Amino acid sequence: MGFKNYCFRKSLWVFHFGGASCNNCDIEILDCLTPRHDLERFGILLVGSIRHADLLLVNGSINKHDRERLVEIYKQAPKPILVVAIGACGCTGGIFADSITFAGPVDKVIPVDAYIPGCPPKPEAIIAGIVKLVNKRR
Amino acid sequence: MTEESIISEFTAKFKPDILEVARKNQKRAVITIKPEAILRTAGHLYKEAGLRFIIASAIHTKRGFEIYYHFSLDSAGLILNLHVVLDSVRPEIESLSNMFNASNWIEREMHELFGINFLNHPNQDKLISEGNWAEGVYPYRKEFKSVSEEKK
Amino acid sequence: MSRKTLIPIGPYHPLQEEPELFKLYCDGEIVKDIQWVTGYNHRSIEKLSESKTYEQVFFLVERICGICSTSHPFAFANAVEEIAGIEITDRTKYIRSIIGELERIHSHLLWVGLAGHFLGYNTVFMWAWKYREPVLDLFEMITGNRNSYAMFRVGGVRRDIENHKIAEIRRVLGEVKSKTDLLTGAVMDDPVIHARTKGVGVLTRQDVIDYGAVGPTARASGVAIDVRKDDPYAAYPLVDWKVITSEAGDVFAKAEVRLLEMYESISIIEQCLKGLEKEKEGEINVKVTEIPEGMGNGRAEAPRGEVFHFVVSDGSNSPARHKIRAPSYVNIATFKKSCIGQTIADATITLAGVDPCYCCTERLAVVCDAHSGEKLMNAKELIERSAVRTASLNKEFNCNK
Repeated sequence: MGFKNYCFRKSLWVFHFGGASCNNCDIEILDCLTPRHDLERFGILLVGSIRHADLLLVNGSINKHDRERLVEIYKQAPKPILVVAIGACGCTGGIFADSITFAGPVDKVIPVDAYIPGCPPKPEAIIAGIVKLVNKRR
Repeated sequence: MTEESIISEFTAKFKPDILEVARKNQKRAVITIKPEAILRTAGHLYKEAGLRFIIASAIHTKRGFEIYYHFSLDSAGLILNLHVVLDSVRPEIESLSNMFNASNWIEREMHELFGINFLNHPNQDKLISEGNWAEGVYPYRKEFKSVSEEKK
Repeated sequence: MSRKTLIPIGPYHPLQEEPELFKLYCDGEIVKDIQWVTGYNHRSIEKLSESKTYEQVFFLVERICGICSTSHPFAFANAVEEIAGIEITDRTKYIRSIIGELERIHSHLLWVGLAGHFLGYNTVFMWAWKYREPVLDLFEMITGNRNSYAMFRVGGVRRDIENHKIAEIRRVLGEVKSKTDLLTGAVMDDPVIHARTKGVGVLTRQDVIDYGAVGPTARASGVAIDVRKDDPYAAYPLVDWKVITSEAGDVFAKAEVRLLEMYESISIIEQCLKGLEKEKEGEINVKVTEIPEGMGNGRAEAPRGEVFHFVVSDGSNSPARHKIRAPSYVNIATFKKSCIGQTIADATITLAGVDPCYCCTERLAVVCDAHSGEKLMNAKELIERSAVRTASLNKEFNCNK
């Protein structure tokens, strides 16, 4: 295991970027942290600044306004960072792919490590996706 | 006040300004007025009759730009739509924002998306695109084609 | 000397839903002006809707907001049914109202949690979100999904609530009710919550009328508007319930209105379930052949207030124009009244009071001159300034003693 992967072994700190989304993925992400699923047991914590994060969760279709913000946030992130696209909109643009303000799904803007599809994905699916991603880096 | 008395009072007071009155059912009314009468008619509805301004919708049709101002009489469940038809080349109309704040944002939005000019509006800056994607174009006009539509 | 500083809140920080940017112009700790910058979430749904058929638009409007994902289809269905003059069956009415009220319960619980979080009271946050889970399970049982239920269609609903499921719904409702009692007691009696929310972000009756505010925001200021009562739709005229209002107009009143509304919602659902048992299973759709030319105004009471859909049909199979007015559109504008004059710490809960569900973990980035936007101080200067301030506070404290 290289040093980079060693960084992702425990206690992932998560920063959440909600693009032009419908909030469903956002509340399901939050739901993962509340008592029923309680990810904080494993040291997974939602942090207020990208500079503290190991993992960037991006959901929602990215519109022309968000695009530059997302790039900026990705640049500010300490490397290495894992990027996860959540939900149908984050993965492909979903129902909003034809919109006049659409600026490409997440992977057209920044490199993405994992995709968690669903509209919205259930908290279990989000957790399973993150677990798969972490295991793969081992 | 009941919906009948509101509408009869309104039609009696602004008879010369009214072009058409249509009643879909008891709780929905569409009154077409001349654009220059918007300030006094909307002022009457808001101040004297006590209706609440819900929102305004603009439509780009063959007749030009049409705006529906939706007012609600909450005590009776009535929605009264004031309808104006504006010129298709230079659409402009008096702003209602100096009377109530509720119309401030929607007028900015219509200015941005349809290019309708609101006279005496306090601040007609862009509301949602902020010089980012709707620069010099009006995306909700019928002639506007999005990228995916052009491909077809 | 007064020098205004600009504090940006947003657009991106965790725990909030919509990316929004508030610029607070402050003098010391007092908010002097507020400006809202938006567009981070614009998806041009109104334009998209013109390219979709009526059946498809339901899936689109459901994704306007994930939390009000019943209210928008509800209002759209009301609008289209008004154009076509469709009368839906009683069973459909009950099912629609049940879904609408379950959504109100889960949304209000969500708000109570987030409001607790804004106050730095994370226990309430965790509690409320825990008690919200059974409601989501109920949704999963009835509709197959936790959010975005896809229940509505023109002239009916997609899925029936079979009578054998009613017992389970009753059981969960009982559970939610007892938990709501617990939560209401904890929130209403807490001296800290009283201190933080009473008299904060007051919106007067006149402000509400001026800005056209709706929903709990208006009802907390004594304006008793509720579409369910004023312009009844679905099963609301068939059941017995009352509109909750409060007079104070502050954040506490808004919380009170929401908490008490949950009891009304539970009672509405219980009555609807009784009605459902009387109706025949399976009668959930009316055959719709075409949508004629015309226009319709559809309204529905979302957890946050009145949702308004205006649909113009040209006789084809997709809307010619579809205007959507979500409640937050008018409610957010009231921040100009409620936030100004508050301290920065209170501004966050005031912003949340309207329920745009919105959090403020963003910290002060750079201090800018509010007029020129120039950077005035760097981090070192700020630290020095805070040291001076602390020293002066210490001195003051000692003097007072």
